[in-house]
Amino acid sequence: MNQTELDAEALYTQLELAVGAGLAGTSRLAIVGIYSGGAWIAERLATSLGIADLGYVDVSFYRDDYAERGLHAEVRPSQIPFDVEGATILLVDDVLYTGRTTRAAINTLFDYGRPARVMLAALVDRGGRQLPVAPDFVAKTITLADDQQLVLQKSDDGLFSLTIDHA
Amino acid sequence: MHNPQLNKNGELQHLITLEGLPPAVITRILDTAASFVSVGDREVKKVPLMRGKSVFNLFFENSTRTRTTFEIASKRLSADVINLNISASSASKGESLLDTIDNLAAMHADMFVVRHAQSGAPYLIARHLTETNQDHVHVVNAGDGRHAHPTQGLLDMYTIRHYKKDFRNLTVAIVGDILHSRVARSDIHGLTTLGVPEVRAIGPRTLLPGGLEQMGVRVFNDMNEGLKGVDVIIMLRLQNERMNGALLPSAQEYFKSYGLTPERLALAKSDAIVMHPGPMNRGVEIDSAVADGAQAVILPQVTFGIAVRMAVMSILAGS
Repeated sequence: MNQTELDAEALYTQLELAVGAGLAGTSRLAIVGIYSGGAWIAERLATSLGIADLGYVDVSFYRDDYAERGLHAEVRPSQIPFDVEGATILLVDDVLYTGRTTRAAINTLFDYGRPARVMLAALVDRGGRQLPVAPDFVAKTITLADDQQLVLQKSDDGLFSLTIDHA
Repeated sequence: MHNPQLNKNGELQHLITLEGLPPAVITRILDTAASFVSVGDREVKKVPLMRGKSVFNLFFENSTRTRTTFEIASKRLSADVINLNISASSASKGESLLDTIDNLAAMHADMFVVRHAQSGAPYLIARHLTETNQDHVHVVNAGDGRHAHPTQGLLDMYTIRHYKKDFRNLTVAIVGDILHSRVARSDIHGLTTLGVPEVRAIGPRTLLPGGLEQMGVRVFNDMNEGLKGVDVIIMLRLQNERMNGALLPSAQEYFKSYGLTPERLALAKSDAIVMHPGPMNRGVEIDSAVADGAQAVILPQVTFGIAVRMAVMSILAGS
């Protein structure tokens, strides 16, 4: 595991500013974080920006690699405590990579109702997309090798850090 | 000894019995089921996990209720379900059973849900699949003879955890015809594996099997004595056919001694929950006032049962 020169806290602040400015005045705005890293960011964004409708999705039941890898060992219940029908939903992930998780998350949302609009925010876009997915808000774009994994961590006092693992 | 239900990676390959399953395997099923419970509350109650998989419900013994819950669970996982009600009257049961299995496997079955009057039939099928290199086909025991009914046991564990949170300080009483009950056996294995310190069996001597003490169970013939201070009461169905034999005098007599009435329920802890695997015989093992009362969690059990079966099937099909 390597410490990266990526300052997760600075990137988060940047993302929060961009989301706050970009979505100011949007009616029926809701934030949905993808477990686990995206959920932490979504929670913080909702608190800072005063957005009441906050939800979480676990994409395990919608993944496209179930046939090869089976069910994820730790599935958490998705929680969407607001009406998805007609809402503008900001989907939040920590690291955007292949786009497959985003695809699964969008499918999950649509089984709760038909949103008016779904947007995507990520802390870091590491490239390597395998699906036509693009973020609406991103704090940093970098390029990583396939065998590298960028992982968001949250300390006990709620501060973010990013590390690179080698597979 | 190797547990035949687990594959070489220690993952659940078949679900035959709760006996001998590691606590972590049971806990993972319960945790996964919690996510499926929330799926049931949604606008769209299906997930695409088992799209393209074929689940064969093989019911050699009739059970509309259990078959229906497996069918719903399969459909909510987007699997294709084929229901087969097979009469078990064939003389050469052993052979014809495995022939049936081979035929269905040749139709590209991914999973067999098996209910059989003979104890051990699901195990026989699972072993046959392994011996014939058909390990990609999974078996779920939906009740075999007096042996086991593991998904009922798991949904009972889920229900207890839902209401009581922690297993490690509970007293659980199982009441009724434990001798003929595969549910009781699966419950006892589940409860002891998950660390319940006191499991009680309450019933007339004629309906209690030997060896309960060796399973770590306290036995009571006096229901009032056995219910004192319990957190959970699991009532078992009294099967009508038992009345015909010499085991019991009559339904009225049974109700007098072992029916759960509001007065008897008051002997348990004030926040005790009342469970029943269904179908209930009101006025035989349970009073309507209790069955419909505030402490009964019998209908939530049914709802949780769907989620638990979805969890079992999705974990098996992914292993």
